[in-house]
Amino acid sequence: MRPILIRGGRVIDPSRGGDGIADLLLEGDRVSAVGRNIGEPDGAVVIDAAGMVVAPGFIDLHTHLREPGQEDLETMASGAMAAAAGGFSAVCAMPNTDPVTDNQAAVGFIVGQAQRAGKARVHPIGAISVGQKGQQLAEFGELVGAGAVAVSDDGKPVMSSHLMRTALEYARTFGIPVADHCEDMTLAQGGAMHEGLVSTRLGLKGIPSAAEEIMVARDIILAELTGGHVHLCHMSTRGSVELIRRAKEKGIRVTAEACPHHFSLTHEACEGYNTNAKMNPPLREAEDRAAVREGLRDGTIDVIATDHAPHHYDAKEREFDDAPNGIIGLETALGLAVTELVDGGILTLPEMIDRMSTTPARIFNLPGGTFATGAAGDVVVFDPAVEWEVRPEDFFSKSRNTPFRGRRLRGRAEVTIVRGEVVFDRAKGAPNGARR
Amino acid sequence: MTPALGKDLVGLEPLSADQIRLLLDTAEPFKEVSERTIKKVPALRGKTIVNLFFEASTRTRISFEFAEKRLSADTVNVAASGSSVSKGETLVDTAKNLEAMRIDMVVIRHGSSGAAQFLGQRIASNVINAGDGKHEHPTQALLDLLTLRDRFGRIEGLKVAICGDVLHSRVARSNIWGLTKLGAEVGVCGPPTLLPRNIRDLGVTILPRIEDAIQWADALNILRLQLERMQSGFIPSLREYNRVFGVTSERLARAPKDLLILHPGPMNRGVEIDSDVADGPHSVILPQVTNGVAVRMAVLYLLAGGMPGPGQAAGGEER
Repeated sequence: MRPILIRGGRVIDPSRGGDGIADLLLEGDRVSAVGRNIGEPDGAVVIDAAGMVVAPGFIDLHTHLREPGQEDLETMASGAMAAAAGGFSAVCAMPNTDPVTDNQAAVGFIVGQAQRAGKARVHPIGAISVGQKGQQLAEFGELVGAGAVAVSDDGKPVMSSHLMRTALEYARTFGIPVADHCEDMTLAQGGAMHEGLVSTRLGLKGIPSAAEEIMVARDIILAELTGGHVHLCHMSTRGSVELIRRAKEKGIRVTAEACPHHFSLTHEACEGYNTNAKMNPPLREAEDRAAVREGLRDGTIDVIATDHAPHHYDAKEREFDDAPNGIIGLETALGLAVTELVDGGILTLPEMIDRMSTTPARIFNLPGGTFATGAAGDVVVFDPAVEWEVRPEDFFSKSRNTPFRGRRLRGRAEVTIVRGEVVFDRAKGAPNGARR
Repeated sequence: MTPALGKDLVGLEPLSADQIRLLLDTAEPFKEVSERTIKKVPALRGKTIVNLFFEASTRTRISFEFAEKRLSADTVNVAASGSSVSKGETLVDTAKNLEAMRIDMVVIRHGSSGAAQFLGQRIASNVINAGDGKHEHPTQALLDLLTLRDRFGRIEGLKVAICGDVLHSRVARSNIWGLTKLGAEVGVCGPPTLLPRNIRDLGVTILPRIEDAIQWADALNILRLQLERMQSGFIPSLREYNRVFGVTSERLARAPKDLLILHPGPMNRGVEIDSDVADGPHSVILPQVTNGVAVRMAVLYLLAGGMPGPGQAAGGEER
């Protein structure tokens, strides 16, 4: 394994408040040194990062990789490659596959497939309940033993408050977060988009913001009751942000994520029955988007996560009511974060990197997120100024379902390094075995 | 394709007031065609039209079919049951197959909002929305507008209250667009559980009680209450709905003036409307049905590229 010397980039390490022009040296699979004019070791790969930002690789806490079960939509290999192309050195795979990741063998399968792919790291998230049926607790100890980093029934909410309570209590044994998809199904049932003026005009059944906020409130109350760590997925409403802000003031162990689509778009993207704007939680109103942005700015919302959800074009090419929820996000997250949040004056670049790398690593207790000596050799080199057009046909993901087709974005990953090895280099095109 | 209307009629929301007036004006001469002994003009001779009905319909389907036949078009009716749809064919595949048969127009009724627009974006034929989910039912609103104009001589300045299940009603949405664009005032009246969020932002007044609507309006357009709304918990019972929101002759007797009564049908007598109101002197429920054929002839004629203006459309008799 050759050392990698990244020369002359703007090295930003939010974990230590570092931000300045420097060199970064990786030796073996680890960070070896950060500093000026580092001498080039024998046989080193040298990357010229002038004009680039060099940061700890991004970590996505919320990814759907579809393997096993729906390999036509995404595989561990294609998803991990798409992640690398988006600047992510690690993703957390949600367990709503077929079969569900609710046992140690299923977790082991993900670990094995990710190793074979050899791109971004894939950290499995185990199911909260057996089969994600919302009844019996899954074997958290076995899941964690096999490599799971958190538990979630994502795709569905944990409707039973008793199950959520026991999950939060039991998860404390293993020090893992319980990630919840907050949606009161009895209130949201049958809804196809946010309930508001657009749903009224389009004649689509709406999902009120209250459907999310009720579960956010419940989960916060249960986190306080149990002392467990609840992680709230894809927060989309102003009310949710306010509830989390108050919970954090009280010292309750709650963390939260927001998705690029929720800080970029509103329900107006559904106009014309655009099924690529159909997702759950749905795109909300301008004031919700503003609240999500403010939450990211003041740290109420801890991290940016993609909720990358691949679907076949056929599935989206149908009546809005019948189209599946979700969009892919790994290859647009950085561009949207730079364009909407950094250029938009919400976050500084170091803050953006914190929300996409350092804080995700910290709250899920994952390697990476820092350039401390000896830390994981996971790095993204990105151009914060380059302007590019979203062309889904160029994505490494096997799916194309994005509402951002044709959007011009700023900021794009150029090189992604995982465990001290280059897994993506835009200048060299698609690496061996990757399809585009 | 005509610049007067565009390729498709998916709703009244995208139309201008002038386009809506053009449709109503074009319907006028067609009324007379249905009164002739030989109810046929050659306007659409040689055109093929598919009536694609994914939902049950009697009135609208037959009305369209008469409109097509009286314009001399060749028509085919497809119902979802017994077709490839019941074998799992997607709407886009159905559309492409129809397209491959070189048809000129499709009239679609579908349970999903947006289905007509979806079809119109994928085929070159003209698409006419005969009701899509809870979105729009433009020809129903046009026939309501024509009926109102027949009786009042104008739409502008009229106060029309749309009463009942506005939440699930495509008729309500199309009427709101059509009426407001032509300068009428629109009120909506129904239990809050059956009024959609942000409905006020469409420029309508909310009338909390049916008594308020009766005091306020020149005309009531009374929506059908779907019986399944009770099972899904929107209202406690049909009996209570009739007690609180039913349009009864007793309530109408307290109106400051005679109200015109419209209903898109099919009626639930004794639920949203009492029989003596439906059959009473101010009901225009059957004239609505008559106007439906004329309005649909106008839509078909204009979309097919027919020239607006009296004498053009209804000219000539089938020999």
